[in-house]
Amino acid sequence: MTGLGALTRRNIKLYFKDKGMFFTSLITPIILLVLYSTFLANVYEDSFRSVLEAAGAAVSDKVVWGCVGGQLVSSLLAVSCVTVAFCSNLLMVQDKISGARQDLTIAPLKSSTLALSYYLSTLISTLLICFAAVGVCLLYLARVGWFLAAGDVAALLLDVVLLVLFGTALSSCVIFPLSTSGQASAVGTIVSAGYGFICGAYMPISSFSEGLQKVISFLPGSYGTSLLRNHALRGVFEEMRTIGFPAEAVESMKDGVDCNLYFLGNQVEMSNMYVVLTASIVIAVGLYVGMNALSARRKI
Amino acid sequence: MEHIIEIDHLHKSFGDVKAVQDLSFRVKEGELFAFLGVNGAGKSTTINILCGQLPKDRGSVCICGTDLDTDPDLIKRNLGVVFQNSVLDKDLSVRDNLQSRAALYGIRGEAFRSRLEELSHLLDFHDLLKRSVGKLSGGQRRRIDIARALLHRPKILILDEPTTGLDPQTRNLLWEVIGELRQKENLTVFLTTHYMEEAADADYVVILNHGIIAAEGTPLMLKNNYTGDFITIYGQSEKQIQKLGAPYSPLRDAYRVSVPNTAAATALILKYPEVFQDYEITKGKMDDVFLTVTGSKLTGGTEK
Repeated sequence: MTGLGALTRRNIKLYFKDKGMFFTSLITPIILLVLYSTFLANVYEDSFRSVLEAAGAAVSDKVVWGCVGGQLVSSLLAVSCVTVAFCSNLLMVQDKISGARQDLTIAPLKSSTLALSYYLSTLISTLLICFAAVGVCLLYLARVGWFLAAGDVAALLLDVVLLVLFGTALSSCVIFPLSTSGQASAVGTIVSAGYGFICGAYMPISSFSEGLQKVISFLPGSYGTSLLRNHALRGVFEEMRTIGFPAEAVESMKDGVDCNLYFLGNQVEMSNMYVVLTASIVIAVGLYVGMNALSARRKI
Repeated sequence: MEHIIEIDHLHKSFGDVKAVQDLSFRVKEGELFAFLGVNGAGKSTTINILCGQLPKDRGSVCICGTDLDTDPDLIKRNLGVVFQNSVLDKDLSVRDNLQSRAALYGIRGEAFRSRLEELSHLLDFHDLLKRSVGKLSGGQRRRIDIARALLHRPKILILDEPTTGLDPQTRNLLWEVIGELRQKENLTVFLTTHYMEEAADADYVVILNHGIIAAEGTPLMLKNNYTGDFITIYGQSEKQIQKLGAPYSPLRDAYRVSVPNTAAATALILKYPEVFQDYEITKGKMDDVFLTVTGSKLTGGTEK
């Protein structure tokens, strides 16, 4: 593994120094923030209030905004963990285009070391950005309505780590075969534009048609979003129960914001969500290793 | 001198295109070896095979006594490559670039600092260490490319059109440095170039055409075999020149007469001494060799 540390440092530096790549990776979270600040926050506020009023309960602004804030925070983190990883990993393609990869591989560098350096640098860059985002999100929640326990914050961090691992592994598999800027740009655009929808960050999965919900239930990313939702909103729902909200109203809200996800009609437990996400990471990493091994064998 | 590169019956095809066909040649240790050919002749394919970037179809490649098939990593440690275009990271500083590349050869810490000091002195780029590679001029960037290729003290330096687009001053500096390295460290230089005057200084030249060796030898051998001599005669009338019965072309203040070889020139001088009052005899140039051998002309990066 000679040169792994140096290569990983190089990749991280390149990502943060390439302003184009850095800001492109923040486009999806920025779109989400714009959507929330322009209308989504009000839509969710009205929606929560109507559910609570229908249940005959009066509710404080702090609880409602804690709910809206939790929704925003979980959505923001869910998209960031994956889209930032995709954009950061595009360095793999840029190196092919610029010829830097040829310069690296004329050295006695093992292809596994190079592959691992891309994975590690993407993982570290994405974690840095996402942990910074977690910090900002927590400050935002403290301002609009804080209902999190220390355990929730720890669970949020764990979810972020898992989703970043997943996003990095998935992006490594998708980006590995790409070799032109056109392909890279197409993948970047599709992921940035599409991932927010299919993971339920822009709109809750429960608001989609039944058929689409079934399709999305097969995508592991949606379970990552749900885990974040559960941990970001657990305290708010707990508060609602404490002040005497009917359990049905709380469950209905949890269904509405994807805290409860259903696979082929059966509710997926949170422990199973972790299993799905972890298994997806293992499979994607295995696939990436296999792709690299196959490519190395072809070169012999 | 030992053969440091031995290539035997090398073949490489891309689909129906035969990029390299039955290529065999030797490069001696410490020599400046020029590998010439128009674009698409098979030069880059051969270099990529030597560097382990491209698998060969058939044949054998032996570098520094090691077969490419048995220990490609050992071969890579003996090769330094300066690519046609700079492939360093433009957003990173010179130091960061060289540091990340040196680490690939296990050169870190004090060993790196010491080598960096040595190379920055040799190639005169100490003041550029903190600057981004993307902000350097073409000549400055070329010096860094060469430093990168020399980081691990390779035995063979492959230069793929290293001076294309450089100003004459930088070209001279590069050749001075390469000359110094050849003298001090017995570095073998494997050069591809479009500048025939650079090829003329080589110890041995191979001219490739459509993936096949079209001609090879020392520049003198090639000039003798593929071009004639030229006699430039001053202060004579055209009528006098016509008397020689050899093809000629008028210059501004002289006539340039083509003869098959030096012996033929001597015969003319002895036969018509009155015409040869003020004259000079020159060998043909490498451009003429290249033109005769390939039917194409290499002029600074484009074929004609």
